[in-house]
Amino acid sequence: MNNISPNSFRTGPDERGHFGLFGGRFVAETLMPLILDLEKAYEVAKADPAFHDELAHLAKHYVGRPSPLYFAERMTEELGGAKIYFKRDELNHTGAHKINNVLGQILLARRMGKKRIIAETGAGQHGVATATACAKYGLECIVYMGAVDVERQKPNVFRMKMLGAKIVPVQSGARTLKDAMNEALRDWVTNVADTFYCIGTAAGPHPYPAMVRDFQSIIGKETRWQMEELEGRLPDSLVACIGGGSNAIGLFHPFLDDKSVEIYGVEAAGHGLALPEGHAASLAGGKPGVLHGNRTYLLMNDDGQIIEGHSISAGLDYPGIGPEHAWLRDIGRVTYVSATDKEALEGLQLCCRTEGIIPALEPSHALAYVTKLAPTKPKDHLMVVNICGRGDKDIFTVAEHLGGM
Amino acid sequence: MTTRMEKRFALCKAEGRAALVTFLMAGDPDPKTSLDLIKALPQAGADVIEIGMPFTDPMADGPSIQAAGLRALAAGMSLTKTLDLVRAFRKADTDTPIVLMGYFNPIYVRGVEKFLGEAKEAGVDGLIVVDLPPEEDDELCLPALAAGLHFIRLATPTTDDKRLPTVLTNTSGFLYYVSITGITGAATPDYSKVAQAVHRIKAQTQLPVAVGFGVKNAQTAASLAAHADGVVVGSALIDALKNSLDAQNRATGTTLTAVTSLVSDIAHGVRSARKAAAE
Repeated sequence: MNNISPNSFRTGPDERGHFGLFGGRFVAETLMPLILDLEKAYEVAKADPAFHDELAHLAKHYVGRPSPLYFAERMTEELGGAKIYFKRDELNHTGAHKINNVLGQILLARRMGKKRIIAETGAGQHGVATATACAKYGLECIVYMGAVDVERQKPNVFRMKMLGAKIVPVQSGARTLKDAMNEALRDWVTNVADTFYCIGTAAGPHPYPAMVRDFQSIIGKETRWQMEELEGRLPDSLVACIGGGSNAIGLFHPFLDDKSVEIYGVEAAGHGLALPEGHAASLAGGKPGVLHGNRTYLLMNDDGQIIEGHSISAGLDYPGIGPEHAWLRDIGRVTYVSATDKEALEGLQLCCRTEGIIPALEPSHALAYVTKLAPTKPKDHLMVVNICGRGDKDIFTVAEHLGGM
Repeated sequence: MTTRMEKRFALCKAEGRAALVTFLMAGDPDPKTSLDLIKALPQAGADVIEIGMPFTDPMADGPSIQAAGLRALAAGMSLTKTLDLVRAFRKADTDTPIVLMGYFNPIYVRGVEKFLGEAKEAGVDGLIVVDLPPEEDDELCLPALAAGLHFIRLATPTTDDKRLPTVLTNTSGFLYYVSITGITGAATPDYSKVAQAVHRIKAQTQLPVAVGFGVKNAQTAASLAAHADGVVVGSALIDALKNSLDAQNRATGTTLTAVTSLVSDIAHGVRSARKAAAE
């Protein structure tokens, strides 16, 4: 049913929030009026030049955009194929792409008169970005974080606290990102009047997947003109890691209708795809289901119970994926692949050694795939990999795996 | 054709009282004890039985029901076994309406048509699926109605007059009014506000209105029973069940009576709030 290629890959979702089979609004009745309000408020903001001006001003002066498009010369030499460019979103204020989306949502929350902001976080990058924006605008900030993640992402927990956020370690379920999202939804159901739920990835009930994508699309838009400026043409391929998939959809979306551009999303294969509970690759190892407000590919057992994924990267350790990715996979516009924990660590080390850049474990998955793909391409092939976060937060995890260094 | 559900609410109305709707999680703390508990509910005073379908990620439930679902799953419960539980109950009781309540994913993964056929055959009367608002009626609500099952919708304090008709459309059996904004087992509702809300809803529908969330005991049940056609109690029963378990979450000799005695108490509360039959 989804095999017919549309005229454009960029028109979704439909008015009910569907990307083909995926997306939708699978939420409790209590939240429905709020989601409809949010949708309206976002439509109004989207049509208001003042909203875009304010966001553009922040992107430039607060975040430090545009982030550079950088020619990774030594990595290119070492891999001996495609010319590799890094889209350097790790240089953003707060150290990851998450701030692009958060500032958009916080400006919207301000327009809607909401004073209390809640967020879920896995690796802590979205939590830090939300805490940052809330500090800037004097808003109350509550971040739900799985107790397991609180433990393995301590530097980010400390940063959030410094920024004045309240961290709630989530003890329910598997105590990671999916449970943090459950708990944030429970908070929202309870505090409907004054609370804005700032979702960190391009998932959740409509309009979140589309809205988060729109805010993250600045990554791909910049890449287009930057590549035009540097090379006088479009890139030949794009590579980005995928947990929920917000950095990836942000890079991909402006290029979806450029048929010459190959697009690769890299899921986390953890200990390996052969182990049902050993990876977080929901496209490779999951099937369509309904969780957290949308239909998408999910890791689950035959009874429809959600399986906790595994990845060395807390930011990719999620049993679902944004619905637009699920659709792009089924229609075949984007090629989805995966990288294991081990391959990601190798990608990370290569990047450190050849470029003097310590990437986060999340984009290290994208780098791992680049090490496979780049050597198969000619030297005039222009490849862009999104370095969506910096690696400071991961130094303890990496040290543990690489023997303390 | 009058359904089992319609008959039961009509009967309670004729007795001039609200119906007591009880919720337990299928398979909590284990499949056998769960069946014994559910079999004992009508005798203890339950008029309608809601059975939770365990799910790993119950986003609208509080800690009590979350834990109940995880206990059931740990004891090997599944949607297949939940349907078996209903079949086993129906062997001895053909009058008490049964509502399966839960989240959409296990149903979706099983296949909507397959599930509906099995549920109807097993003796299920209605469904409450928390994460299916009217905007997603094509998914399960309309097929369920076509299959002859009630689809019971939740209305909440955020359901204003403008939205209420949307919620009432395609709702059948009864309307479940969630008395608070929040998760199950949370705060106690403000009774005067609940009474107002129930009257507001009844002005727009002929369906019975049952009120739930925050019913802890006979007294709170009685306060709500004075205004509504039904009172739903869930977390309080599950807490009583939980408190009767041993350190390994296994049933003990007191588990059955811990639940049935609370149901009896609450049933007395509901019956004490006798209303004029002609209301």
